[in-house]
Amino acid sequence: MPFTDKPQVFNAAINALTFGEAGRELTLGGSNVYPLYAFDAPLANAPRVGVEVSDQGYEKAIPGLAAFYAGAETIPEQAARAAAMPGAEFVCLKLDSADPNGDNASVEDCVATVKAVYEAIDKPLVVMGCKNVEKDTELLVKVAEALQGKNVLLMSAREEDYKTLGASAVLAYGQKLCGESAVDINLAKQLNVLMSQLGVPAASTVMNLGSAAAGYGFEYVASTMDRVKSAALTQNDAMLQMPVVTPVGSEAWSVKEALLEEAEEPEWGSREERGIQMEIITAAACLASGSDAVILRHPESVKTVSEMISALL
Amino acid sequence: MALKGLDIFKLTPKKNCKECGSPTCMAFSMKVAQGAVSIDKCPYMSQDAIDKLSEQTAPPMKTIKVGEFSLGGETVMFRHDKTFVSRCLYAVAVCDGMEDAEARLAKVPQVDYERIGERMHVEMVTVDHCSDQPEDKYLALVEKAKALGRPLILGVEDAGLAAKAVAAAKELPLVLNGANEENYEAMNKVATDAGIVLGVSAASLDALYDTVAKLEGLGNKNLILDVGSASIKDAFAGAVKIRRAALKNNDRTFGYPTYVNVAELAPGNSHMQGALASLFTTRYGSIIAMDEMDYAKALPLYGLRQNLFTDPQKPMRVTPGIYPLNGADENAICATTVDFALTYFVVSGELERSGVPVNLLISDAGGYSVLTSWAAGKFSANTIANFLKENDIEGKIKNRTLLIPGKVAVLKGELEANLPGWEIVVAPKEAVQLVKFLKDLAASRA
Ligand code: SF4
Repeated sequence: MPFTDKPQVFNAAINALTFGEAGRELTLGGSNVYPLYAFDAPLANAPRVGVEVSDQGYEKAIPGLAAFYAGAETIPEQAARAAAMPGAEFVCLKLDSADPNGDNASVEDCVATVKAVYEAIDKPLVVMGCKNVEKDTELLVKVAEALQGKNVLLMSAREEDYKTLGASAVLAYGQKLCGESAVDINLAKQLNVLMSQLGVPAASTVMNLGSAAAGYGFEYVASTMDRVKSAALTQNDAMLQMPVVTPVGSEAWSVKEALLEEAEEPEWGSREERGIQMEIITAAACLASGSDAVILRHPESVKTVSEMISALL
Repeated sequence: MALKGLDIFKLTPKKNCKECGSPTCMAFSMKVAQGAVSIDKCPYMSQDAIDKLSEQTAPPMKTIKVGEFSLGGETVMFRHDKTFVSRCLYAVAVCDGMEDAEARLAKVPQVDYERIGERMHVEMVTVDHCSDQPEDKYLALVEKAKALGRPLILGVEDAGLAAKAVAAAKELPLVLNGANEENYEAMNKVATDAGIVLGVSAASLDALYDTVAKLEGLGNKNLILDVGSASIKDAFAGAVKIRRAALKNNDRTFGYPTYVNVAELAPGNSHMQGALASLFTTRYGSIIAMDEMDYAKALPLYGLRQNLFTDPQKPMRVTPGIYPLNGADENAICATTVDFALTYFVVSGELERSGVPVNLLISDAGGYSVLTSWAAGKFSANTIANFLKENDIEGKIKNRTLLIPGKVAVLKGELEANLPGWEIVVAPKEAVQLVKFLKDLAASRA
């Protein structure tokens, strides 16, 4: 008696969004099956893996990072190294130094870094702010202007600044924009509706549905992604069909399990190894739930996660 | 899938004798369909009809017991549709062809801790047999694995050796994982004689389906389906298709829990095994076996499992009490928040990152977020003051500074009135601002 499978191939699909200048472009999304269900129908595009590079440099206390970036002193050099990381398909430059509660670097300095990084790499670029909404708005507008025509992806527009960012970054300078909301399908949809009412084409945006490290309320992330993908595919909800981009590295490396030194928790073993597994395990769960791209830090995580994706195609 | 009244009616003798308490066979059938009465209230139903009905009204996926653990019994594909029922279990897998099998077994107990009321440890041990190894060596390894006292998954395809291994470990809950399209009859006998779960694998999903149907034909419905180790893609496709067939397409032949050995899918690659364990925890693995469970894998994996297998209707809660962070003693400041696990983890994580010693006081606030608990009256000046009194905080802690969440700044005045001698400090609204806030606070008081 043979088994009768019923593949779930939908008449709706996740939007395909291409960012990056011609010659180094990358397309996210586009599939008409549930996340990673390549056995139902070939995926239009595999989920992508990007590398996070901070403008404050990598964490030198992590031996694997120190070895990987050895000799790369400047941020553009580090970005170039990251772009060549096996498995990496894009670079995400995080402007941590802009944080008014931290280094409070000027907008001009940050824009200069972004331009230098852009020139130094041969992969598409994502530029991420510092999480301070006011500063990010100002900063990302200037970044959009400085890189006009380069088709970069900016993270992120929130409820507070989607108008400014949508109007300038997308409509004036032709960049791609990520909408960010707090782990809730309704908030995600509302932001997309507001952006489209502003005239920002859905085809120019992606979503960050929020992220969390495994063990830290990840059920909300997983269920939000499950529900968003179901609505996008089974109900053809155009306001939820944007590809999902999830920053994993910053969450994974900032929980206790990845921060405590071995001396503080000898039983737990190597801190680097804990950080890598936290990053890999969180990323794999995100991809299974629906991320169309994940952003990671460690070369070993990037390699492993991209190999897992390849093995599933 | 619910059975319609009409389908049940067709199976009744249509005597309308009223002995069941219903006026007609049709009325009786309607009640059975609604679940209001049980089919055995009619004394004239044939055994055949009863079997047919209980088969059709049975849950789509069987619950399989291995000792104290339940596997399967799931009803939905996505947790937001209702809830997942049985958390997946993790196993460490050894085989008699490994040089270091005993050393690996010795490491099994290394991970054992509690997280939000749940014990996190390796629940099962897989002992596989390689056909080129002598039988005695396998039985000796089973003997060693037995000493761990955990349920064993015996991976053997030779029925003769399987019987010996099962007999040797009979005091433990067992899964005999070794039935396939060729040996299923002999393996079925070993498993059913011993009353243990039988694991089934096959070269393809078609062959697996066929073999399960044959085993069911032999009367065995105490099964687990091994998704195999041909490739990562096939194993993932198998796990999804099996679950989908049972729950979505009502095909009960595949209504069983699954077994995934990620060590065989990514030999010697601990990072890939971590990635795959996460993939199958998220999508439909019931038992996930790997080479080793170290803390690096355990901390995120068990956390992920605990998250995904909570009932969306019932938030996770931490036990009320005093949680000293960063080596806090009786002189360290106090901070309070609610018992909602997510809030606790985020807040305690940020407090730990600040490096400032803090006594975190968690009271019973109903398991909701700060604002929800406050709105429900479960996190108020009174409840906080009562918690301090009932737990004799003033006797245990000398410091008289209490940080309250920024979102309930309104409680400050009332708390000061309720807790004479205490200085109430309003913390920031967002947890991410806590590190800087605490460092500044500590510096200003140094
Ligand atoms: S007892 Fe059975 S036969 Fe008699 S009325 Fe009820 S259903 Fe019909």
